[in-house]
Parts: sequence; C-alpha cells; structure tokens
Amino acid sequence: MNWLSDEVISRLQAASALPDLSGTRYRLVKRAGSGGMGVVYLAEDTILGRHVALKVLDLPDTSGELAVRLLREASILATLEHPGIVPVHDAGTLADGRAFYAMKFVEGTRLDHLDAQKETLFDRLRIFMRICETVSFAHARGVLHRDLTPGNIMIGSFGEVLVMDWGVAKILRSPSKRAVDSLPNQTTTAGNDALPAAVSQTAYGTVLGTVGYMSPEQARGEIDSLDLRSDIFSLGAILQFLFTQLSSETQSPPLSAIAKKAMSPDRAHRYESCSALGQDIGQYLDGLPVSAYPETIFTKLSRWGSKYRVAIVLVLTYLLVRTLLLLGYRH
Amino acid sequence: MTQDTSIGGPGARFPATRWSAVRAASSSDAAERKRALETIIAAYWKPLYKYIRIRWGKSNEDAKDLTQAFFASLIEKKSLCDFDPSKARLRTFLRVCVDHFVANEVKAAKRLKRGGGAEHISLDFAAAESELAHAQVSLGASVSPARADEFLELEHLRSLFGLAVEELRRFCENKDKKMHFRLFELYDLEDTKARRPSYAGLAAQFGIAVTDVTNHLAYARREFRRIAMAKLREMTASEDEYRREARALLGVDSK
Repeated sequence: MNWLSDEVISRLQAASALPDLSGTRYRLVKRAGSGGMGVVYLAEDTILGRHVALKVLDLPDTSGELAVRLLREASILATLEHPGIVPVHDAGTLADGRAFYAMKFVEGTRLDHLDAQKETLFDRLRIFMRICETVSFAHARGVLHRDLTPGNIMIGSFGEVLVMDWGVAKILRSPSKRAVDSLPNQTTTAGNDALPAAVSQTAYGTVLGTVGYMSPEQARGEIDSLDLRSDIFSLGAILQFLFTQLSSETQSPPLSAIAKKAMSPDRAHRYESCSALGQDIGQYLDGLPVSAYPETIFTKLSRWGSKYRVAIVLVLTYLLVRTLLLLGYRH
Repeated sequence: MTQDTSIGGPGARFPATRWSAVRAASSSDAAERKRALETIIAAYWKPLYKYIRIRWGKSNEDAKDLTQAFFASLIEKKSLCDFDPSKARLRTFLRVCVDHFVANEVKAAKRLKRGGGAEHISLDFAAAESELAHAQVSLGASVSPARADEFLELEHLRSLFGLAVEELRRFCENKDKKMHFRLFELYDLEDTKARRPSYAGLAAQFGIAVTDVTNHLAYARREFRRIAMAKLREMTASEDEYRREARALLGVDSK
C-alpha cells in the first residue's frame, strides 16, 4: 500500500466531507456554516440561476434517524409560510446517501453578533417584536420551536428578521402533520429510496435545546408536557440578552419585569401567548403601562408627566402669567 | 501494490455496515472474534508501531517486538472485552493499553520468553519504518504526550484511508471501473501539487471528455467515502461513537 501524504489525507478528507451533488440541479459554491446535524453550503441552482442554501447531513446516517430529523425540519419549514421563516425549495437524498434540503440563501447577521454600538434599544425591541410575531405564527400552526436562541435568529441585509434552525421543533397538533409525514416520499432531487417515511418522536427525558435559553421543564426532559410557554421562556431569555448587552442606563424596570415574567420558573405565571409578550413590548415602546409591571402612583404620575410634558408646561406657564398679572393688577 | 500485512487481508469479507469489529472482538464465537481482531489489527498496527517508535523512542527492532507482543497479548488476554465505548474511544483505549504495556516492558519481555507458543502476527514492519521516515517528528522523550496523541490520530487516519484506497481499487476492478480508480489515483492521490494533472490533461490522456473525468472522479470519491465510513463503523461500538469519529475523520469539527 502506498504511503498517503498529509496533503493527500487532507484532500481525501475534504473530498469525503463535500456533498456529492451529481445528478442534481445544484452546483457547489462554498461552505457557508454548520449546525447541530448538518452543514450549510452555498450552491447555485443551475436551472433557475440563483443561489440557494443547501443543508446537508454531515455524516452518513445508517439508522436513518438523522435523515428523518433533517427532512422533518424541511417539511415543518415548508408548512410555515411566513416572512420570518426561510422558505424551503426542495428536499431529498444525494447520490452519496446524505439527506439534504434546499432553502433560500439568507445573507445577514446573527442576533448574537449584532453590534451593540450601532443598534439602539428601540431597534432591538422592534426586532424582538418581529421574532414574537413569527413564533406566534408557528404556535398558531401548532409548531413549537424548542431551540430559540440569539444564535438561531438572523437579521437579513434588508432588515428582515428570520427565525432559523427548526431541527428540534415539535408539532403540537396536526393541521400540517400529514404533509410532514408524506413529504420525504414526495419531493426529491436525486432519488428517494433511502428516505424513511415515519416521523420520529422524541423520547421522554430527552433534553433538546440550548442551556441558558431552554425552559426548566425542557431542561428536565419533560417532552410530553411542553407547550408554547416553553418557547415564551426562551423569548424572555432572548429579550434579556438584547437589553443586557446595552449600557445599564438603557435598562428599565418594566423591561426587566417583562423578561422576568416570560422566564418565570412556573409556566403558569408566564405570558399566555407570544402575542401577549409582543404586545407588552409594544406598550413599552409607546410609553404605555405594561402588564408585567404594576406601577406605583409616583411612577404613574412620572410617566403621565413625561407623556404630557409640553401641555403641562404650557398650562403651568399660563397659570404663572395669570398669577403675575393678577398680582400686578392688585398692586 | 502489496498487502502490508498477511492478516490485514482483503477487506470485502464483511458486511459493509452494521458490523462492529469492536463488539465482535468480545464475541463467544471464536471465528467471529478472530475476524474482528484481524480487522482491528489491520487498522491499528501501523499507527501503534509508529507511536511506540515516536512516543517511547524505541529502536526499530524493539518497536517490532513490542508491537508483536502487544497484539499477541491483546488476543491472548482478550483485553478488548474490557473496552467500554461509553468511556473512551477505541483509539484512546489502545493507546493507554500500549503505554501500560511498554511501561511494563521488562515484565512483558519475560512473559514473551515464557510464552513460546504465543500467536505470531505477520506484519510488514519494513513498510511501516519507511513511512516513518516521512513523519516530521523527532523520536523519543522530547515528544510530548499531547503531540504523540495527535500523531496517533493522524496515523490512524492515514491507516484507515490507506485501507479504504486499497479496497476501492479492488472494488473498481470488480466493477470493471479501472479507469475510475486510475483517475482517482492520478488526481486525488498525487502527492505533489505541481505534478497533479488537470481535468483537461486527464481527459486527453485517457481519450475521454472532461465531463467524464468529473463524473468518474465523483463516482470514485463517493465510493471511497462509503468504504472509509464502513471501515470506521467497523472500528466503533455504538452509533454515537461512530458519529463522533466520523465528524473527526471528515474534519467537520475543525472547519
């Protein structure tokens, strides 16, 4: 056997790691990043002449379990048509046996890489409201994300806010379940022989998510009892991340109270929906009271005074002038 | 090319997937156990021989004896039965065993003298020694344990890829795709960048279209990957371990 040099080994490693796109409409451009169970490549769709992102399993999957998860993610994305969720174009199995799906290629910045100097608190809260709207949409379609973190939020170059990585999402109810079950057998690019039809279930006790952003019940592996309030906990953690990155001057008790309520250890005390959470943020941005922060009379007066400052100044000036005129008249 | 070891043998004897040499090494079936040990030895003898040379600074002759004795002891004592894949990788387990074995070299030497009937394993040490000349590390105590670990990792990868290349050659011959392998050999296995031919050059040399070169190379790489993964799978005991090893093998984690 010939000796393989280090350079040959590196070349063989690279050749083995790259997806085999022969027989597909895609041409590999470059590696764009990696996630928990796959690598994302920038590729060219040679038929439509546009760039797409290909998420490909980075390993051969003898049990088929990873392929099911990847294609399940694709099918969930396909059922969630929303401006805040990346559209999926295609899914299937490559000639080398690896499952993949093609989606819109998004260029932008991850939320955790946002420049704290450039984005104001107002900008950040507007982004957060968009995240709440997207997750609220998914909840309305019966889908839990289960891994909401700043690293899974992308801010596109035109300001679009996208919730990414639905790989561990859970389907709560089934308006779209039939599509989820059947998609792997319907849509392929390079053959579908190896695609498993069944959708895998997550076993009780399995911990999925990211430490620091997952709810206590998720951390305990209580898979069966998870509901949308688990995602609300993660959103609360994201909110906290967003405002704690800024200077302490921009932090306010109402915002902290909103995050605290969303992240309550007892889920019964959290917001009942993402819309309610987003609504509280909207109230805060409009200078109105938020449900999570009961105000004292002084706070109410202060906020009232701040809101009607001009009118109050005008009235006080008027009264002062009238008083002075009255006093002058008497003298 | 010649076979490096008489017990490494042609690789097409086992099912490509699901078969784990690590698990089979503790099988109660003697024939199954023997096949498993042959597979493990074929993949690991060269890396471990070189490791003993590098890490322990042993002479060529001493390293030969120690490698022979180590594998004989592994078979005799059924040491692989003690391997717990949930605690360590096979490579780490073997390295620790080798370190322990070499550290007790004197005792081992005595045991060798006593054990005249110990199984003799035929290994091509001359080839391993000439490969060692390419290694850019010094011999002996100056090599840190961490560096020695890295060295073993790389040598294991080299051994595994080497076996996969040999199997790919046989596979292509059986499938009447010798040209596919030849292109792979000329393009992907060429050491020197300057001597590496272009696709157009290969197309002219073989009288085929450039697209055929692309397709043939894609075929050979795909089969190489499949074979290398199957070999790796043989060396792991669980799906989880296999995935971790495959990520390392493909360099996924380091990118």
